[in-house]
Amino acid sequence: MLDIRGVTKSYGTRKVLSDVSFTVGDGRMTGFVGANGAGKTTTMRIILGVLSPNAGIVLIDGVPVTPNDRRRFGYMPEERGLYPKMKVAEQLVYLARLHGLTPASARRNTDDLLERLGLTERARDTVESLSLGNQQRAQIAAALVHDPEFLVLDEPFSGLDPLAVEVVMSVLAGYAAQGAPVLFSSHQLDIVERLCDDLVIIADGEIRANGSREALREQHSSPRYEIRTAGDTGWIRSQPGITVIDFDGDFAVFEAETDAASQAVLHRAITIGAVHTFSQQRPSLATIFKEVIA
Amino acid sequence: MSNPTRPVHTAPTFAQSVWLVSNREIAARLRSKSFLIATGILLLISMGSVIVGSIMSQNTSLTRVAVVGTAISVVEQTQAFDIVEASSVEGAEALVRDGSVDAAVVPSTNTDSPLGITVITLDSAPNDVHGTLTVSPDVKILEPAEQDGFLAYLVAIGFGIIFLMSATTFGATIAQSVVEEKQTRIVEILMSTISVRALLAGKVLGNSLMAFAQIVSIGLLVSIGLAVTGQRVLLADVGPAIVWFAVFFAFGFVLLAALYAATASMVSRQEDVGSATSPVLFLVMIPYFMVVFFNDNPLVLAIMSYVPFSAPVGMPVRIFLSQAEWWEPVLSLIVLALSTIVVILIGSRIYSNALLRMGARVSLREALHR
Repeated sequence: MLDIRGVTKSYGTRKVLSDVSFTVGDGRMTGFVGANGAGKTTTMRIILGVLSPNAGIVLIDGVPVTPNDRRRFGYMPEERGLYPKMKVAEQLVYLARLHGLTPASARRNTDDLLERLGLTERARDTVESLSLGNQQRAQIAAALVHDPEFLVLDEPFSGLDPLAVEVVMSVLAGYAAQGAPVLFSSHQLDIVERLCDDLVIIADGEIRANGSREALREQHSSPRYEIRTAGDTGWIRSQPGITVIDFDGDFAVFEAETDAASQAVLHRAITIGAVHTFSQQRPSLATIFKEVIA
Repeated sequence: MSNPTRPVHTAPTFAQSVWLVSNREIAARLRSKSFLIATGILLLISMGSVIVGSIMSQNTSLTRVAVVGTAISVVEQTQAFDIVEASSVEGAEALVRDGSVDAAVVPSTNTDSPLGITVITLDSAPNDVHGTLTVSPDVKILEPAEQDGFLAYLVAIGFGIIFLMSATTFGATIAQSVVEEKQTRIVEILMSTISVRALLAGKVLGNSLMAFAQIVSIGLLVSIGLAVTGQRVLLADVGPAIVWFAVFFAFGFVLLAALYAATASMVSRQEDVGSATSPVLFLVMIPYFMVVFFNDNPLVLAIMSYVPFSAPVGMPVRIFLSQAEWWEPVLSLIVLALSTIVVILIGSRIYSNALLRMGARVSLREALHR
């Protein structure tokens, strides 16, 4: 488990992170969401030890992370970059060896990854000769080539076509399924919504929301329900503790003061006739995000 | 988290990281065509200068003289002439007239002549024949110059040029590779993997090894060239200076490399490398111009040979001119090594502070500040 505790960072008088704390659990895909300049990249750099915080610590399973632990991380920086004039495979082997792999296992991992990411045919090309999408795949390979135990990925999906997004999603999900904590940031909230188990929302250098996706949705759910029945729903207006927000013949949206009041509506609807849908309105991630950072 | 299917990571030691980085630097250099061409040209120039020097020195063929009768003994003593025997004075004169000899030496008809010979030429008194056969007084020089002034000048400039070229070529290479990593942002991956010091040390080591290999191959080529073309005397004079030059260069270059890396790390784009590293370029050019203008000034040379930036040129020149005591290069080397360590410490601080600052040029004050 990756534990970020009370991390604060300022550049001069400008505070970019204040008391940032959250955890990335084993096997949890954790989405890290925030506006531009909210502090995502700075937080990730601090986790990786590229930057040092003014206060706070990063713990692995309760033990402060040391420079030697860095080799256990797979890191994909926001600003992409590999050596342009170096061949893809050669570059991956080099990075794997810097992380402490033997030459043989570095080569084996490189071949495996290129295969999984569909880059085998480009292995001997220089990075600068690759298309942007393939450069992005090579970048992901660079983050994974040393069999990391933790993944910290800054915008891993930006610049990928939908097909590549699927490939990368499945690779990352595979890592999480093996028990690795995975922290990734993204502006594409729909992807985060599909992929993440946990969610951390940051704004102006402060963590605004943090928890499992479902718990957050629960928290930000309004007491608002929608119902669609076979007949007219006009009777709902006369139910106690209910305010109708929207009404259109067989369809109604209403707010209930209590759970019991909403259940009473459902009971009555069933006695009147068929009920096609009855559900509490769940906010989308985008809605939660807007609400949280507002 | 423990997962038995994962390979066990053994953290590379500092030395291993440095070695991996330096190997990549060397491989990248060897793959660059511009580097190979530049090295080839430098080697050709050094080789060429040795060959040209050798041809120039062999150009002095012996003067042909015709000799008659008893004069032969006098002429043979000098061993300075190609002798053609003539049967009579008239025959010798004929040889002079048709140009097959430069002069004729015949027994003198004047009994007062101390040498008992007469030199016959076509239109003017030939200096070499005349001079060789003239009796001169013995000259005793109390403080003989160890080396011929012109040769000293050539050697001094040779060291100056080689230092200037190697240092600027490899300095620029290091600077570019630092900015390449910064510009392509791969530096962030590298920094998250190995320590910044290991990265800097690897770059400096890799490029210094290449620069040193270049210097050693130039030194070997020049030495072999001197030996093959029969200029052994010169080799014996220059040899020790070349060896010291290589040793001083090894340290001096590491110092410059650290400076180049540190100054380059303050900018983010290749276009800015030139202006960022220009202060270092001045430091490299100063010893070159000093040695060009002051190679006959022992005081300036002595100062140069202790100042860390100019010692790699100044001290070998002084050794060649036999102006240095045996302990002087050792002392100067210690000064150089110590200042190299200081510069590496300051340089790595600038380097690690400036590496992640993208965009505008980082000021020196910011870079030194924690």
